[in-house]
Amino acid sequence: MRLPKVWREIPRRYRLEGAVCKNCKFCFFPPRPVCPNCGSRDLDSQKLPQKGKVLSYTVVRKSPDDFKSYVPYPVALVELSGGVKIICQLTDCDVDEISIGMPVEAVLRKVKEDGEDGVVYYSIKFRPLLSAKKVS
Amino acid sequence: MRRVAICGFSMCKVGNHYQKSLSELFAEVALDALESAGNPDIDAIYVGNMSASEHTFQKNLGVLLSNSIGLNSTPCKLVECADGSGGAALYEGYNSVASGLYDVVIVGGVEKMSEVLQGENRKIRSMTIEQEYEAFHGLSIDGEFAIIMRYYMHYYDVPKRQFALFAVQMHKHAAGNRYAKLPYEISLEAALNMQTIADPLTLFDMAPTGDGSAAVVLCPLERAREFTDTPVEIAGAGQASDTLALYDRKNILTFKATSKAAEIALKTSKLKISDVDLFEVHDSYTISGFLALEDLGVIERGKVGQAVEEGLIDLDGPAPTNLSGGLKARGHPGGATGVYQAVEATLQLRGEAGKNQADPAEVALIQNAAGIGSLVTVHVFKRI
Repeated sequence: MRLPKVWREIPRRYRLEGAVCKNCKFCFFPPRPVCPNCGSRDLDSQKLPQKGKVLSYTVVRKSPDDFKSYVPYPVALVELSGGVKIICQLTDCDVDEISIGMPVEAVLRKVKEDGEDGVVYYSIKFRPLLSAKKVS
Repeated sequence: MRRVAICGFSMCKVGNHYQKSLSELFAEVALDALESAGNPDIDAIYVGNMSASEHTFQKNLGVLLSNSIGLNSTPCKLVECADGSGGAALYEGYNSVASGLYDVVIVGGVEKMSEVLQGENRKIRSMTIEQEYEAFHGLSIDGEFAIIMRYYMHYYDVPKRQFALFAVQMHKHAAGNRYAKLPYEISLEAALNMQTIADPLTLFDMAPTGDGSAAVVLCPLERAREFTDTPVEIAGAGQASDTLALYDRKNILTFKATSKAAEIALKTSKLKISDVDLFEVHDSYTISGFLALEDLGVIERGKVGQAVEEGLIDLDGPAPTNLSGGLKARGHPGGATGVYQAVEATLQLRGEAGKNQADPAEVALIQNAAGIGSLVTVHVFKRI
């Protein structure tokens, strides 16, 4: 993949910059030119909350070819505080300890690479909320 | 709008047709469909295909396939709506005849899934989901449905066994369909003990992909008797869409495009869902079969597994569903699937479905969906 594509997505992928509608206050991710809730075009950029909970999840065991070396890996539908939903990998946890409703927080992680000479992709992933983890 | 009829049709067994190219597979079936309609002059061709450009690097497929049946100047085009392509092509064909634009058109669906290996195929199939913020994270189409399935199990508190029952039912139907890819019965135990693809989804929750080709010839109902003694009417057609991305859905336990498309199709045909004698729905995964039956209003939400166990969708039940074996066991030839459903409904309404013939078979409804129900077409067929 070409570098400009990775570069232009940095605010979204690294910092979870979404959009908020000035008309109805609806917040969404990724940003786009029209509010999906009310149709307004009067929007502001907004950094999303970094904490949320797992709405549902899977553990991918048979992956598309470009993720073959990472299986098994968990991918979740996460609902951030405030209600915005995003798809992200879960990280820093055993797949058996994941559950629906689990509190999570955003961290920056490597997602994959385009072979030896290609681009390395980074993105937000979510890990179990540290303060919520039991101290054993 | 004019009334539209199916006056010719054909399909081949879903499977691995290694010995045939995409255009050979299309031509064989399309020529057979034309033959069954007495070889009429064709005004236009609509082709449903999902992945030829990934499988064989061929673009502008409409022209290639048109040429393959000896037509070198007829209007033709590819309709690509992921695995909803077949139904979408049928929708275009139907509208072109209903509007009076064309008189006789052929609608084909063709796919050669066996051209590439499994891993590559999973990547290609996953092109149906949102790429930038879903597939980017390693989510496959299987994984996306697994997320929905897990939430369904959690929300309605239903066990995995209910999904396995659906798979068993589909295989039971496929055993009586000679065009099915997997025409044999399976045990509940086997369905429950398959390898996991993306938890909680196992191999038997997924429709097997396959090569396939199906075609129907459409004409105005008033001219149908020129081409066949037993035309079947397409009494209504509807199309609707939803968000491409799962994260944009308010509720992930409904594919609302199905309800909308069905509402339009039933309204056009002046029929109610209770008038439908048999269904072919898009069970690309067991969970999508569940949601289809719920969104059509056939079964109460959260109760599909139970209804299947009680025989509701059985050949002898009150709502026979996927008598072909569905995508699960007839097989899922990508962009051809929607046209397979059309041929299967036609066979049923003509009383030519063999061992799986439903009775009564006056009205059939077919539902074809793209990806996670992002785009859905519904067609209502009526016996003349």
